Amino acid sequence: MNVAPPTLTPLAGLTGRAGAPGSTHDTPVKIDAEALNFYYGPKRALDGITIQIRTNLVTAFIGPSGCGKSTFLRTLNRMNDIIPETRVEGRVLLDGEDIYAPHLDVVALRRRVGMVFQKSNPFPKSIFENVAYGLRINGMARTKAELNDRVEESLRQAAIFDEVKDRLHESALALSGGQQQRLCIARALAIRPEVLLMDEPASALDPIATQRIEELIYDLKKTYTIVIVTHNMQQAARVSDQTAFFWLGRLVEYDRTDRIFTAPAEKLTEDYVTGRCG
Amino acid sequence: MRHRADLAFRVLALATLVLALVTLVALVMDVLADGAGRLDWQFLTSLASRRAEDAGIYHALAGSIWVIVLTAALALPLGVAAAVYLEEYGTNSRLARFIEINIANLAAVPSIIYGLLGLGLFVRAMGMGRSVMAGAATLALLALPVVILSTREALRTVPKSIREGSYALGATKWQTIWHQVLPMAFPGILTGLILSLSRAIGETAPLITIGALTYVPFAPDGVWSPFTVLPIQIFNWVSRPQAAFKENAAAGILVLMALLLAMNASAVFLRDRFQRQGRS
Amino acid sequence: MRPRRLERLIEAALLGAATVSVLTTAGIIVVLAVETFEFLREVPLVEFLTGTEWTPLFANPRFGVLPLVAGTLLVSAIAMVVALPMGLLSAIYLSEYAPDSVRRVVKPVLEVLAGVPTVVYGYFALLFVTPLLQRVFPQMSGFNALSPGIVMGIMILPLVSSLAEDAMRAVPRGLREGAYALGATRMETALQVVVPAAFSGITAAFILAISRAVGETMIVAIAAGQQPRLTGNPFVPLETMTAYIVQVSLGDTPQGTLEYRTIFAVGMLLFLMTFGLNLVSTWLRERFREEYS
Repeated sequence: MNVAPPTLTPLAGLTGRAGAPGSTHDTPVKIDAEALNFYYGPKRALDGITIQIRTNLVTAFIGPSGCGKSTFLRTLNRMNDIIPETRVEGRVLLDGEDIYAPHLDVVALRRRVGMVFQKSNPFPKSIFENVAYGLRINGMARTKAELNDRVEESLRQAAIFDEVKDRLHESALALSGGQQQRLCIARALAIRPEVLLMDEPASALDPIATQRIEELIYDLKKTYTIVIVTHNMQQAARVSDQTAFFWLGRLVEYDRTDRIFTAPAEKLTEDYVTGRCG
Repeated sequence: MRHRADLAFRVLALATLVLALVTLVALVMDVLADGAGRLDWQFLTSLASRRAEDAGIYHALAGSIWVIVLTAALALPLGVAAAVYLEEYGTNSRLARFIEINIANLAAVPSIIYGLLGLGLFVRAMGMGRSVMAGAATLALLALPVVILSTREALRTVPKSIREGSYALGATKWQTIWHQVLPMAFPGILTGLILSLSRAIGETAPLITIGALTYVPFAPDGVWSPFTVLPIQIFNWVSRPQAAFKENAAAGILVLMALLLAMNASAVFLRDRFQRQGRS
Repeated sequence: MRPRRLERLIEAALLGAATVSVLTTAGIIVVLAVETFEFLREVPLVEFLTGTEWTPLFANPRFGVLPLVAGTLLVSAIAMVVALPMGLLSAIYLSEYAPDSVRRVVKPVLEVLAGVPTVVYGYFALLFVTPLLQRVFPQMSGFNALSPGIVMGIMILPLVSSLAEDAMRAVPRGLREGAYALGATRMETALQVVVPAAFSGITAAFILAISRAVGETMIVAIAAGQQPRLTGNPFVPLETMTAYIVQVSLGDTPQGTLEYRTIFAVGMLLFLMTFGLNLVSTWLRERFREEYS
């Protein structure tokens, strides 16, 4: 492996590549949450979340365990719907339309807002079938040739095609952990979503695999809007343009990543990113 | 002193188990002794006859196979559909609970009651007559609780992460179930089906009650044809006083046990094979 | 919106499949009730339930079901004398004592015993056990209650063993360890701590076993006889409720006649008895589960 690691600067000068001078954070708003409350039964897990997520940027959600960052991520593609006894108050607008409006087609929503999970979950099928699944059920490829092309395109986008091109019809479970996660990314990209939600995508991976995922994210943001939940602050600093800090179900601070990590406005944020709490 | 009591208890418990084992061995040896001599090709391919030496098991074996295949065809889709509803859709609703209670009760209803149900409903009210179809429908109802139970367990082994991965790609609930959950649960479902069928193949009382005849000297020629099955033929022979029929009964038992062994072995084999595949 | 309609349709179809079980229960009740009702129009309920002669197929028919019930109860009682203590002992041994090597042998044996078709047990009872017992009790006739009772007991033993074992395994380890720490032997712990703690679960198992014995058909149809008789003598032929139904089904009784309806009346009684027992067993099992969860 002779890929140079991204510049890991010490905490004081943590800017990485994201937020470098010249990058604009004024792209249009993709997702707009307004006063979002979320309940597991009677318990309120999210309290008045208001945030704008911008197009073609990487937005990171950070915060200690249990602060609600994953819960909030899952509200963005309504994955929490499959948990019984949950309730949402407030609005989440995708390109101006409330995704919690009654009669909204959740299936169509999830085509536009894809998700990659913390523990990679490839289906017990072949590598090809894993990627093709989304295309098949959404009726997105009319001919076999088109299917093959789309699968290859996705695998390339996820930077894994060269590693698997000779064994596309072998089981996905035979891949390594890092490869499986990239396969899951390819699977999510195959249906050409607009937004990609990533829930701690590299937390179960070794440093080299993690690095490959981070490079991938950097490339993908040209085409997609990415929201990533991470408990690893250095990763957030390396990879994201905007960072949102959550604490006990509340959004404490949301700003450009370089500002969050060098000059946060809230004391709580400063305490968290310097390691004094959480 | 207390340790002697402990030892005595252990001996007593072991003796109990040994007694059970001895009974099983005695049963097998008795049947083998009585029937092995009678078991030959002629026996397997002949039809029933009033003369013990000429009588064979072919018609009953054919009848059993007809009935079991049809029972499987009825019980599998019905049982899997019901299990999918209860496990994936219905959870916690009052209706689902009520259905679950029904299934649990039905599992403990004596099989002869199913025979009476079959007689009143399938044979009479629905006019199926004493046919293979009526027999299979009755046995399917009998097998249903077990199929539902084992299918639900198989469905539960599919991890939540697979379902979530499918939903996240924009799949509907049914797409997720049909394309991901059922294929993964299939080995468990199949094993459960085979096990419930191996119980059904030994069922005698419900089929006697719906009128499977004890003297049917021909194999069935269709689902509406009259029929008999292995255990009923065995019962018929056991009920005759002549010693020669006793040998026939024993030989018939050997055939039945061989069939059961084959079914159970294939269930275990399939389960192991799929378990190994899943882990690849 | 069409995929949504399809999803709803599929869900409705699946629900339909699930309701088959409810329909089955309803079907059983309706079929039995209709024919029993017709039966009771000709035979008063009191005579049916308290009469001591059961001769429905005779020229001068009597419809007192007590001989059949007595036959069922006698055979079941004998079966329980075999199955309950032996099953409980087996369960205690497997749950508290047995090393893995023994379990690996015993469990499959018990499963095989449970899986042998009842017609095979009937053969065994009539042609092996009865002659064997006749050597000890020469007064015993070829058809009797003792032989099928014992064989039925062996058949039901695995059921008792497995259910009782489940109940005992649900008892938390902490209880056992407390007893051992006080110096109790395994037997003392098992009998004085575990079994009482698992009491309702074990009782539920026992009741289910009784229900199973009451509903058993082929062993008694082959080995017990066809002479309804109000007796407690295990050496003479008798007839159980289940064997009676088989007897009539084998014959040529035309439908719509009173004789035909007797099998439904007896069936209804049998259903009510086993259903009642199952309900009690389930209730006990629920209570037991609540205690330990």
